[in-house]
Amino acid sequence: MYFDSFKAMLVMDGHGAYVWAAYGLTLLVLSLVLAAPGRRRRRLLRELRGELRRQARHGTKEAAYASGS
Amino acid sequence: MWSFFHKLGSPPWLYRIAGVLLRWLLPVSLLALGTGLIWGLLFTAPDFRQGNSYRIIYIHVPAAVVALAGYYVMALAGAVSLIWKMKVADIAMKATAPVGAALTFIALVTGSIWGKPTWGTWWVWDARITSMLILLFLYLGVIALYEAYDNKAAAGRACAVLSLVGTVNIPIIYKSVDWWYSLHQPASIKFTGESTIDPTMLYPLLLSIIAFYGVFTCALLGNMRAEILARETRTGWVRRLAGGEV
Repeated sequence: MYFDSFKAMLVMDGHGAYVWAAYGLTLLVLSLVLAAPGRRRRRLLRELRGELRRQARHGTKEAAYASGS
Repeated sequence: MWSFFHKLGSPPWLYRIAGVLLRWLLPVSLLALGTGLIWGLLFTAPDFRQGNSYRIIYIHVPAAVVALAGYYVMALAGAVSLIWKMKVADIAMKATAPVGAALTFIALVTGSIWGKPTWGTWWVWDARITSMLILLFLYLGVIALYEAYDNKAAAGRACAVLSLVGTVNIPIIYKSVDWWYSLHQPASIKFTGESTIDPTMLYPLLLSIIAFYGVFTCALLGNMRAEILARETRTGWVRRLAGGEV
């Protein structure tokens, strides 16, 4: 570890605010980018499941599967 | 070989393989990212001229490098989808744009934050920075253009043409620091000849670049999986998937 203390690590001789802001923002954007596809995928599956369930309630389950294949 | 291309055209196969790839690539990339960033942030000596602000290099350079590489991926996918009408290429092109935009945004913002303590200004209309801003607009342009069309086949063609035309910007970005010498420093890592960066700083930087490539690939694969599902909701395999999961 280059820094002598936790405080020195935070302050970084006056550059701490810039460095930590840049790292924080980067990690925020990267986590959003990585989380977005999974959320979209799960939402699509959830919506489709709901649609399938509604069709099944109306007794058209076979029709629903058949139309897709 | 041909069977591989044949499978590549099969959405269920691609969806499954991308999922398998993600399962090991994501943890490996995150581990590399964590190691590279902590190494650069806490275990390297400060730059003798810039002090500690130089530590932003470990996110700024990888983001910029991969943002550029991402543009190649997008333009290449666009070309393939234009020429061979491959559905997978169109999906890949659309999936790359938001990831590339995010990385370009990171490169611009971290560069701006780095500029303040180093150059005394948040922003200059320097050739490198301006051409990176154009790269951001190209990525955003592809996203907006895709949404603007109701006919998705026409949208794909328009986006492919836009991304191909935009490749003009790529050599300008690369060469900008040599052609117009300004505030932005030239590259310190060279494939030919000696790098002008100390090895103790080079290794964490290289690890971080590899990690950013990994994160890019993960986001790309994830976006492709979501896009495949969105386009195939009427098919049997997606319906079975929706019925089977939970």
